[in-house]
Amino acid sequence: MAIKILSEHFDTPGIETLEVYRSKGGYRAVEKALKTMSPDEVVEEVKKSGLRGRGGAGFPTGMKWSFIDKKSGNPRYLVCNADESEPGTFKDRHLMAKSPHSLVEGMIVSSYALGANLSYIYIRGELLYVLRILEKAIAEAYAAGLLGKNIMGTGYDLDLFVTPGGGAYICGEETALIESLEGKRGNPRNKPPFPAVKGLWQNPTVVNNVETIAAVPWIVNNTGDEYAKIGIGRSTGTKLISACGHLNKPGVYEIELGLPVEEFLYSDEYCGGIWKGRKLKAVVAGGSSVPILPAELILKTVNGENRLMSYESLSDGGFATGTMLGSGGFIAYDETSCIVRNTWNFSRFYHHESCGQCSPCREGTGWMEKVLHRIENGHGSMHDIDLLVDVAKKIEGNTICPLGDAAAWPVASAIRHFRHEFEWHIQHPAEATKPGAVYKPEFAAVTA
Amino acid sequence: MATITFDGIEVEVPDNSTILQAARKIGGSVVPPAMCYYEPLKGSGGKCRACLVKVTAGSAKDPRPMPKLVASCITPVQDGMIVENTLNEEVLKTRKGIVEFLLINHPLDCPICDQAGECDLQNFAFEHGTVAQRYEEERRTYDMVDIGPYIKLHMNRCILCYRCVYTADQLTNKRVHGVLNRGDHSEIGTYIANSIDNDFSGNVIDVCPVGALTDKTFRFKNRVWFTKPVDAHRDCPTCSGKVVLWYRGADVLRVTARKNAYNEVEEFICNTCRFDKKATSDWVIDGPRKIDQASVISQNQYAQNTVIPAFTKTVTEGYTEVNDTLPEHKQLAAKN
Ligand SMILES: Cc1cc2nc3c(=O)[nH]c(=O)nc-3n(C[C@H](O)[C@H](O)[C@H](O)COP(=O)(O)O)c2cc1C
Ligand code: SF4
Ligand code: SF4
Ligand code: FES
Repeated sequence: MAIKILSEHFDTPGIETLEVYRSKGGYRAVEKALKTMSPDEVVEEVKKSGLRGRGGAGFPTGMKWSFIDKKSGNPRYLVCNADESEPGTFKDRHLMAKSPHSLVEGMIVSSYALGANLSYIYIRGELLYVLRILEKAIAEAYAAGLLGKNIMGTGYDLDLFVTPGGGAYICGEETALIESLEGKRGNPRNKPPFPAVKGLWQNPTVVNNVETIAAVPWIVNNTGDEYAKIGIGRSTGTKLISACGHLNKPGVYEIELGLPVEEFLYSDEYCGGIWKGRKLKAVVAGGSSVPILPAELILKTVNGENRLMSYESLSDGGFATGTMLGSGGFIAYDETSCIVRNTWNFSRFYHHESCGQCSPCREGTGWMEKVLHRIENGHGSMHDIDLLVDVAKKIEGNTICPLGDAAAWPVASAIRHFRHEFEWHIQHPAEATKPGAVYKPEFAAVTA
Repeated sequence: MATITFDGIEVEVPDNSTILQAARKIGGSVVPPAMCYYEPLKGSGGKCRACLVKVTAGSAKDPRPMPKLVASCITPVQDGMIVENTLNEEVLKTRKGIVEFLLINHPLDCPICDQAGECDLQNFAFEHGTVAQRYEEERRTYDMVDIGPYIKLHMNRCILCYRCVYTADQLTNKRVHGVLNRGDHSEIGTYIANSIDNDFSGNVIDVCPVGALTDKTFRFKNRVWFTKPVDAHRDCPTCSGKVVLWYRGADVLRVTARKNAYNEVEEFICNTCRFDKKATSDWVIDGPRKIDQASVISQNQYAQNTVIPAFTKTVTEGYTEVNDTLPEHKQLAAKN
């Protein structure tokens, strides 16, 4: 059996209640950290664990925590990013709905490490039912003296609030999230200053993903060194992967980092193979923002090594032949999927979600969507393909926040790996626009 | 103080200055264009990306280059920093892209726009854009809105620089002017169609780089290049009273604030000065105003303000590249 850190009790009846959660060893980390460790010792353990941010960027959490400005003497905040809106990603929702106390416990321990006395969980507005689950868990924790003044008699105070967002993807970007939390329009801020120096209410702030925070109690209980033994290389620990698309068993799986992609896709313990006995065509491995890869490249790197579910292995080959682990939103496409339509669909999302502050993203996302829509509907011309590549290139890296990159990468990668499908769409509009039409490799001979 | 090298020119500026401020200290053709940054407005900048430059060395202490282009209007200088603007091909290429992005949804109705001739977008496109047009899709459109008795909002022309939002926020006591919606369907709203009745609301017209916010008392009265700017002042109980009067013959057609070489207002003026004082007898005349910009107003024609670097050709080539890949072109190339 694979190791389970986050999901061990997902299916334990009543785990959402404090009583059952405690009976399974819950809140031991709060006791251990607050009573026997200094905040810096907690930070040190997290550093040793090699835990990396699970929100997408994979930034080492311990290092991020050590950047927080403690010198200014200003109040510090921990904000949990539960805005999870990336297409294909639904792991945080699952964790919070199944085991809300894991997050609450993580918030207490992490807030203690950072010296925060007021922390927030910013949750996606559509997840109201999860918000209610969390609020119940928080109320239980308050009643049990795990939150509020003088927690467990240690003199440490912490207030924890859950705040729903208004349903904008961009509010998952940490500085937009902070703006939104302050009650403003969710526009990302220019950086620097980074939140670690000037975040919420212009005070030092750490923003961490739900899964990142939920991993901290285990690290406190079992030490960072033990955590670092799990996983592979610099990808330590376990990761929740939300698998969806044309799979026999879509769902949320906890994997040890370093698991071969092939095993994840085909073994019965995980996705159980491609549905209806079909062949795999492509995979988006880490949420809609990361480059799409054709089946050959997701299973093996260009050097013929097995591709592993780890930060390093998935990005092996750079963007030319690799992708990213991202947030762990794993989308599988079978041979009947149309890449052009999928690319248009993604770009429609980014067009809809761009905050509109900076010109490359505001204008470029709409432009790409319109061109893709034309191609998909049989009105493309061959120069549209290079136009898309050029527009994507002009957005990438030139924007305030990474949403611009996130909009550019899916388009650029789809054309990089599936150019022939775009060409086929453009050259055979009558066939390509029939319902369910999809490019097949045998068309290549005709197109050439 | 920090010393930086900008386009090969050394300049010394106070420590917390931005790269753009350093470049402006040098002045002339090396200064990056700025479509959203506005020095008098706190928090402005960083949005249009027109001012992107390449930092080839971060500082004397850490001389590594910065991986991405940075917005010069908000990036602070470091001692020993080396920055390239007009010397850098990537910068100019990207800037062409920015012009294009700002224009794809713009109506290009300069012939009937009151801002023409003193429009930052026109100048920007003239200096940094291409003649080629690659956008074939429909442009987004909005209805025109009257915001208050004096101001017209022509959202189609807006480039969402947020200058008017900061102005409304920082100059008027009651902010009724913000951005609604997201992305390219964002619009300047006044919660909702609420008129801006405030002594200083007229300043949003002066800060707007394009013809999105125009003066209803001047709309369609005249082309700006036919009017003659004259500095004048009056004893105003509300503002400094220092303005520019725009004359056609003996008539004052328009009153605006005085602006510097970067089209930034020197002192904001009140609505009474701007909209109600349109007789020469209301004012003490200080003398003709020189418009330092290479603008049609002072030159009666457009003048190319930028140095043309040797690689300009490759920068524009980026645009024809696209069409060169057409099968017809490929066949042609193969034949030749
Ligand atoms: C457009 C955009 C959307 C994002 N959405 C989320 C999100 O929903 N959840 C999340 O944890 N991080 C999201 N991020 C990443 C956050 O900005 C931030 O890096 C993350 O919350 C940091 O937490 P971590 O270090 O624990 O990963 C998003 C980033 C961008 C640019
Ligand atoms: S990149 Fe897009 S989402 Fe991010 S700040 Fe710019 S316009 Fe907004
Ligand atoms: S109306 Fe003018 S000043 Fe306001 S955001 Fe648009 S372009 Fe900028
Ligand atoms: S002027 Fe710097 S980004 Fe607009």
